Amino acid sequence: MSHVAAAAHGHHPEPGFWRKYVFSVDHKVIGTQYMFLGLVMALLGGASVYVIRWQLAWPESQIPLTGWIPEPAMYEGHLDPAFYNQLVTMHGTIMVFFVAMPILLGGLGNFLLPLMIGADDMALPRLNMMSFWTIFTAAMVLVASFFVPGGPASAGWTGYPPLSADAQYTGVEWGLNLWILALALEFGSFLMGGVNFLTTAINMRAPGLSFFRLPLMVWMQLTAAVLFMLSVGPLIAGAVMLLLDRTLGTSFFLPARGGDPLLWQHLFWFFGHPEVYVVLLPGVGAVLEVLPAFARKPIFGYRAIVYSTIVAGVLSFIVWAHHMFIAGIDPRLATPFSITTILISVPFAVLLFAMIATLWGGSITFATPMLFAIGFLVTFLVGGVTGIFNGSAALDIFIHDTYFVVGHFHYTLFPTVFFGGFAGIYYWYPKIFGRMLHEGLGKLHFWLTFVTFNLVFLPMFRLGMGGHMRRIYNPLNYEFLRPLEPVNQFVTVAAIALLVSQVPFALNFLGALVWGRRAPANPWNATTLEWATASPPPHGNFATVPTVHHGPYEYSRPDTAADFVPQHVPLPAPPAAEAVGAAGI
Amino acid sequence: MDHWFPESISTYGADVDGIFHLIYWIVGFWFVLTLGVLLYCVVRFRRRAGVPASHIRGERWRELAWIVVPAAIVLLLDLGIDAAGARVWDHVKTDLPPGDVHLAVTGKQFEWLITYPGPDAKLGTADDFTLNSQLHVPAGKDVRITLRAEDVLHSFFLPHVRLKQDAIPGRTIDMWFNATRPGTWELACAELCGFGHHTMRGTFVVHAPEEWEQWIRSRAPSA
Amino acid sequence: MAVATAAGRDEARIPSGKLAMWWFLASEIMTFGGLLAAFVLCRLAAGGWEEQAAHVSTRIAAFNTALLVTSSLTMVRAHEAVDAVDRRRVTLNLLATVLLGAAFLGVKAYEYSGELAHGFTPWAGPFWSFYYGLTGLHALHVFGGVVANAALCAASARNRLWPHLHHRVEYVGLYWHFVDVVWIFLFPLVYLS
Repeated sequence: MSHVAAAAHGHHPEPGFWRKYVFSVDHKVIGTQYMFLGLVMALLGGASVYVIRWQLAWPESQIPLTGWIPEPAMYEGHLDPAFYNQLVTMHGTIMVFFVAMPILLGGLGNFLLPLMIGADDMALPRLNMMSFWTIFTAAMVLVASFFVPGGPASAGWTGYPPLSADAQYTGVEWGLNLWILALALEFGSFLMGGVNFLTTAINMRAPGLSFFRLPLMVWMQLTAAVLFMLSVGPLIAGAVMLLLDRTLGTSFFLPARGGDPLLWQHLFWFFGHPEVYVVLLPGVGAVLEVLPAFARKPIFGYRAIVYSTIVAGVLSFIVWAHHMFIAGIDPRLATPFSITTILISVPFAVLLFAMIATLWGGSITFATPMLFAIGFLVTFLVGGVTGIFNGSAALDIFIHDTYFVVGHFHYTLFPTVFFGGFAGIYYWYPKIFGRMLHEGLGKLHFWLTFVTFNLVFLPMFRLGMGGHMRRIYNPLNYEFLRPLEPVNQFVTVAAIALLVSQVPFALNFLGALVWGRRAPANPWNATTLEWATASPPPHGNFATVPTVHHGPYEYSRPDTAADFVPQHVPLPAPPAAEAVGAAGI
Repeated sequence: MDHWFPESISTYGADVDGIFHLIYWIVGFWFVLTLGVLLYCVVRFRRRAGVPASHIRGERWRELAWIVVPAAIVLLLDLGIDAAGARVWDHVKTDLPPGDVHLAVTGKQFEWLITYPGPDAKLGTADDFTLNSQLHVPAGKDVRITLRAEDVLHSFFLPHVRLKQDAIPGRTIDMWFNATRPGTWELACAELCGFGHHTMRGTFVVHAPEEWEQWIRSRAPSA
Repeated sequence: MAVATAAGRDEARIPSGKLAMWWFLASEIMTFGGLLAAFVLCRLAAGGWEEQAAHVSTRIAAFNTALLVTSSLTMVRAHEAVDAVDRRRVTLNLLATVLLGAAFLGVKAYEYSGELAHGFTPWAGPFWSFYYGLTGLHALHVFGGVVANAALCAASARNRLWPHLHHRVEYVGLYWHFVDVVWIFLFPLVYLS
């Protein structure tokens, strides 16, 4: 198949500013754009945390630093309950769809995938560019929703009807419509991206790069792409239905018109559960790349990890109703879904055990990426075990819609996005920007984040056990919650500290762009293909297409002098007298 | 840690809490073990000059067994947790007793309308009466409630009973509980239902059984 | 400086464009599948909606089915003509596909206007919500296919289809067949049951 790009590649006129930096089709530029979008949206998502947490800790007080927010959202420093719901909604929506996915999939995934497989770019570069500008538009639409009359969406990031399906219940008209539109655009963006990732990985691997020689980050990105592609359809259908209910008066979800609110929940969570693994897996992928590099040993159980990930992916499609145990489904469905849910803990146990086993017998150095990777392991372990509590329908009767759930999902999402994601950012920053980050600031950022993160979210399990409901503007309304208020205050102080703890990262990230030491091609002496080219890689990534000779984690081999063998470098020939075990090659 | 839960005042509260404890001890053991191994590795296998890492790939069964066998044990424990949980779930949610006292509760933005059967103890008759956000029940009796919602989703939450059930407009959902002793507690809404969600609080009063009839008569509309 | 290029590589022996289209169609199957499944389950739970469903015109829909199936046939012919490098046949078959697709949309518009005039609006009840949702989403996809085919037809007419675009006839063909298959499911579930 002839391809325009192939014919004269490498000899085309230098593109102008707009085509080079704004409307670029280069996956490295696009990946960087996604990452910046995610990091900027994190500021917005984080800012909402400040107001929400202050309100929870001191419900009747005036919230400092909010004077610039106009009425009716704030009135003389006091937060309006409707705006509280809007902030809670936007916090979830922004963090999942406009921070986690852009940083992990759009950012790291886009940047790394072609490099890790020895390709010069994605299979469909223009589609890649369109995917970024689609999510950029989506983000603008979502931000715009703050400024329309009635303000932004207020029905939770889960948007359950009837609350979300008829403006009379919330007073929010355009805000919710824009929210639906923003999500639809975001889904479109990641559908485009998913198509691209899968096509690229299937078709454009370097010679010798069989599937079981792929870096695990690639496996994770691909599994995430498949999960997303196959799960988002029903929610796209649902989003169209919700928009029609809101604007045309259709009867999909509104009982008054003959509809069924539960239909939305099924459509949402059929997507929603695989979606959390879409977010999780790339973060795990980053950790899986960092661990071998800084323990100087192969990943333990490469195949076991791949198979477990696939099993978890498949299982993720049959657990969704564990979000609906209390929703009014037939009670006889609860036990089957409890079983499938609890089964998912098994592949994740394998994954976690394999990651820890990778450390066994290692020669570990604690550069910042490794600190974040280990931080991921500790915090995700909490997230994983607290999932067991939520997955049991009987216990869920009590803890559903309490802070126990909030603690659980922050102990899974935050580790993947921030511990896994930061591990990836610190690890690949030299490759992406050609500069080294400051190690001292990095370590400071890690410890501050790790400590404050646990101080914020560990007490939430205590709150949940006390019956503290979610999305409550004023816990003091309830006698049984009053004794828990000091815990809320503690969490709020810790949350503010967590937000402030990101300042060293911002300073480091931006400062190193200008003042960072120039990065060598392979500062970490790692084995995967992205390290076999300059930092940052030149246009086209590799001077010649690399040939891959073996798997991705050949560290500390007894038969080599160097403690690593890059993938494009052949292994030493086995001694003639004995056949060295195939050992995964 | 039991004191972290709200006081338990229902016949099945201890069962629900029991599932928590079962899971807590099982996962607690695994958490401590796993974290312990992780911390051990992080300390023991720090880089030492001249000591290379061991080239362990985890591809042979001898090595993989170290993670597969624990995972298999986790699986068995998981299934045990499910078996225990299924019994409690069925008791609370699937096998509803016929009920000694029947009430109807309707959630609406932002209050609970609670309908009592009146002195004839039958719902749907002329002596029924409705109170706003005040739930009264007799102690020691199976109370069966038919739950509805008028506008949006709400969720009927009695923390001290360990009961929660979403209320869906257009549907009726039955639930039950048996409160063990008299006293006053609270009813909360546990599903975001609008800007007044946090105000959907109800008082929950459990009467001594001998006072129940009297209370009903005192509130019933005059004949 | 010559740069290594992977563009044009197809490790899996399937061209990238085709692979991309298949993945895209997989997600579309889930979208329509979700909507159809919701329709079927809600309809079963609600007892059939026969009263509302009686007002759709099976005749019009059957005619539309014939149009769409024929357009798939012309699409296949166009693809064969591409392989045979017969520009005239490609152009004519693509044109036929476009016209049949446009006719489908025209008939649909006529059908909608009749239903709306009789008060069978999207807000007339749950059956009608699903009816307009399903057929509307499908019609949007038909429209997209018509536009894509028209672009290819124009390229063929101006002799711009070769050497680069000819495989796009196959990919758009895949999409067009998918849109046809969705209708094959939609038609009996909405009109015949």
